[in-house]
Amino acid sequence: MYKLILCWRYLQTRYIALASVISVTLGVATLIVVNSVMSGFTHEMQYRIHGILSDLVFDGHGLEGFSDSRWHMERIRKIVGDDLQAMTPTVHVPAMLNYRVGQRWVHRQVNFIGIDVETYAQVSDCANYLQHFQNRVKPSFQLREGGYDLHDRELGEESPYRHGMEMAGWPHRRRLAADEKAWLAAQKKNAPQLAVPQQVGRADPFSGINTPLRAAESEEGVVQKWGPVSKSQVYDKATQQETGVIIGYALAQVLGHEGDHYFLVLPGDDVKLTFPTAGTPPKAVSGSFTVVDFYQSKMSEYDSAFVFAPIAKLQEMRGMIDPTTGIANVNSIQIKLREGVNLEAVRDKLRAAFPPELYAISTWRDKQGPLLAAVQMETAILNILLFLIIAVAGFGILAIFFMIVVEKTKDIGILKSLGASGSGVMTIFLAYGLLLGSVGSGAGLVLGLLIVRNIDSVRRGVEWVSGQPVFDPSIYYFQQIPTLVDPQMIAWVIAGAMAIAVIASVLPALRAARLHPVEALRYE
Amino acid sequence: MSSGMSHSASDTTVRKTSSSNGRTVAESGVQISNIWKAGDNVSQESKVQIAARALHKKYHKGSNVIPVLRGVDIEIREGEFLAIVGQSGCGKSTLLHLLGTLDRPDEGEIYLADNRIDNLSAGARDRLRNETFGLIFQFYHLLPEFAALGNVLLPLMIRHGLFGYLRQRHAFRERAKDLLDKVQLGHRLKHKPCELSGGEMQRTAIARALVNRPKVLLADEPTGNLDRAAGQEIIGILRNLNTTENLTIVMVTHDENIAQQADRTVRLVEGRIE
Repeated sequence: MYKLILCWRYLQTRYIALASVISVTLGVATLIVVNSVMSGFTHEMQYRIHGILSDLVFDGHGLEGFSDSRWHMERIRKIVGDDLQAMTPTVHVPAMLNYRVGQRWVHRQVNFIGIDVETYAQVSDCANYLQHFQNRVKPSFQLREGGYDLHDRELGEESPYRHGMEMAGWPHRRRLAADEKAWLAAQKKNAPQLAVPQQVGRADPFSGINTPLRAAESEEGVVQKWGPVSKSQVYDKATQQETGVIIGYALAQVLGHEGDHYFLVLPGDDVKLTFPTAGTPPKAVSGSFTVVDFYQSKMSEYDSAFVFAPIAKLQEMRGMIDPTTGIANVNSIQIKLREGVNLEAVRDKLRAAFPPELYAISTWRDKQGPLLAAVQMETAILNILLFLIIAVAGFGILAIFFMIVVEKTKDIGILKSLGASGSGVMTIFLAYGLLLGSVGSGAGLVLGLLIVRNIDSVRRGVEWVSGQPVFDPSIYYFQQIPTLVDPQMIAWVIAGAMAIAVIASVLPALRAARLHPVEALRYE
Repeated sequence: MSSGMSHSASDTTVRKTSSSNGRTVAESGVQISNIWKAGDNVSQESKVQIAARALHKKYHKGSNVIPVLRGVDIEIREGEFLAIVGQSGCGKSTLLHLLGTLDRPDEGEIYLADNRIDNLSAGARDRLRNETFGLIFQFYHLLPEFAALGNVLLPLMIRHGLFGYLRQRHAFRERAKDLLDKVQLGHRLKHKPCELSGGEMQRTAIARALVNRPKVLLADEPTGNLDRAAGQEIIGILRNLNTTENLTIVMVTHDENIAQQADRTVRLVEGRIE
C-alpha cells in the first residue's frame, strides 16, 4: 500500500522525473508516426502494385513464349479449380518507344505488353489508371474524341494542371493533320521539287488481319469499321488512327517551371515502337502506333516503362502466329484468384504441375519482392534507431532515479526502520519506473495518434515554418501522406518503452533496496 | 506529565476498540497483566524483555577502525523505563540501533524474551522492527510525502499487504486517529510534517511508533531537538505510556534532567556500561 502511495506521490511531486519521461513520450510518438506512415506507404504501394499485377503470373522463359495459350489456360483452370476468377494471356517484349519532339526523335526504353483488353481488365485494375473516363469504364484502344482528365483524378483541382490535355484525342490529331497539310502545301509552293508527301497515300498497315480493334471514330463521331482497305484508299490522318497504344504517363510527361505538367506526346500523336521479333536470331521490327491514352498507376517504375498494345497486333508483328495452325504464342498468362485464396499455395500447386525449366510461376509479391523487402528493411532500421532513442531516454530515467534515490535516502532509511523490507523499497522504485514509463508512453501514444491523424496539418505547419516543401504530392502522387495504424505495432511500441523504463529503474531500485538503514537515517 | 495522564482514559478506550476489532488481547496481554506493577518499582521478578551480552561494534572509516561498543551487557525488564546516557559519540545510539535490529553487532548476542534476535534473517528483523519495536528518533523522521495521519498509518501499511490493508482501512484509520488524539494532534490529521512544529512532529512519531502495539519503545534522543517545554511534554507522554500501559521504554539521551525521569539510568562511557 505504502509503495503505491509513495510512487504516486513521487510522480506528483518530482517534476524532474516527468521531464525525463518527455524523451520516452517523444520516442513513442515518433515510433508510432513513423511506423504508421511507413505501413501506410507499404500498404498503398502494395495496393498499387497489386492493382497492376495480377495475383499469379505464369511466365514462359524467353521472348518467344509458349504456344497455345488456350491449352495452358485449360490446364491451369483444371489445377486451380474453383479458386480461379479470371485469366488472360499477354505478350511481353522489351521495346524502344520513339516519338518526335520538334525536329528531334526521342527514344525511350519500354516494356511493351500485348494485352487482350477485355480479359486483361478482369485480372488487374489497370483500367482505373487510365486518363479518359470512358476508358476507365471500358478500356479500349480507340482514340477518344476528348474528355481526358485535366487534373489528377484522385488529387483533384489542386494538383498540377495538365497542359495540352484539353485538346487531347481526335481534336489534337485533326489539328496535327491540318498543320501537316498546310506545311505540305507550303512546301509544295516554295520548293515543288522537294514536296514528297510522306503520309499521303500510305497503305493501311494492318490490312492483313481483321481485328475488332481496327475501327476509328470519324470526325462526326460515327464509328467506322475499317475492314480491309484497298491500297488505293488514302490514309487520312484526320479521321484514321494507327493501332492504339496506351503509354505510361511518365513516358510523356515533363514538369513545367511552376510544377504544371506538359507533355511530349499527347493522345492523338503517332509514335513508333521498335522491338525484336520472335525468330532466331531476333530481328528488330518497327511499327507506327497512335497514343490513345495514358496509364498512370503512380508507381514510377511502371509509369515510366509500360506500353500496352493489342495482343493480336503484337503477335502478328513479332511473328508469333504459327502460319499452319493459326495458333499464337504468348509470353505469359495472368491469373486472378478469388478473394482470400492463399496465393502461395496455388502457386506451389501450379509449380508442381508445370516443369520449372519451361515455366516460371510467381505471385505478385514474388515479382515485387526486392522492393517490398527494401521497404521492410527500412522500417526495421528506423524502428531500431527510434528504440535507441527510447533507450537513451532510459539512461535519462536511470540518472534521475539515482538522484531521487539519493535525495530520498533518509526516507528509505525511515521506511526500513519501520520494518519495510528491501524488496518493498525496491518495488517502490520499480513501480515508479513503470508508472513513469506508462505515463510517458501513454502521452506518446496520444501524441503519436494525434500527429498521425492530423499528419497533413502537421506537414503544412512544418512547411510553413521551414519554407521548404516536406512532402511533394507530385513526387509521391499522394494527396495526403498515407497512414495505417496497426494496433499490434502500437502494443509492441508501448510494451518496449515500458520495459525500457522499468529496466532503467532496476539499478536505482537495487541501490535503494541495499541501503543500510542506519547509514540511510544518518544521511544528511 | 499531566497532559499525558489526562489521556489515560482514552488509552483504555483504544485498547477496547482494538480488541473488539478482532485483534486478540493476548497480543498485548503481558502489559495488561502487569499494568499495576509498572512505574518506579519494577520488581526484580518481572521477566527480562531484552538482554544483550558482550556487544561489540566497530565502524570502518576508510582504513581506520573505530570501536564504538566494547562489550556491552545490558538487561531490560518488562515494563521498565530505562534511560541510557553518555557523552556524544559514546555509542549509545549504536546500542539502541543494535537493540532495535537496525544493525547487527560484530560480536555478542541480543535476546528478546529469551529468543536470540541478532542473527535472524533480514525479513524476520524487518518484521520485528515493524511489530515488536517502536522507534522514535531525534529528528522525528517523518515522511514528507504523507500527512500526520498517513505517517501514523505507515507501519500498518507496511505490515499488511495491499488488500489486507484496504479491507481493514477503516479500523486502521480509527486507530491512527485515536493515537493522534492521544498525543493531542487530533486537529492536525491532514497536516504535512513541514506544517507541524518540532514537538508536534515528535508526537506524531510517537503515535506512529505505537500504532502496531509494540512491546518495546526505543527512543533515540527524543527531546534532543526540542525546547524544554516541548521536550518535557514528550517525556510526559512516554512516562504516561510506561505507567498506564506497562510499555517497556529504552530512551537514549545526553540530558541528565531528562534521564532522571526514567525508572533506571545506565551510563555508557567509551563503549562500555559504567
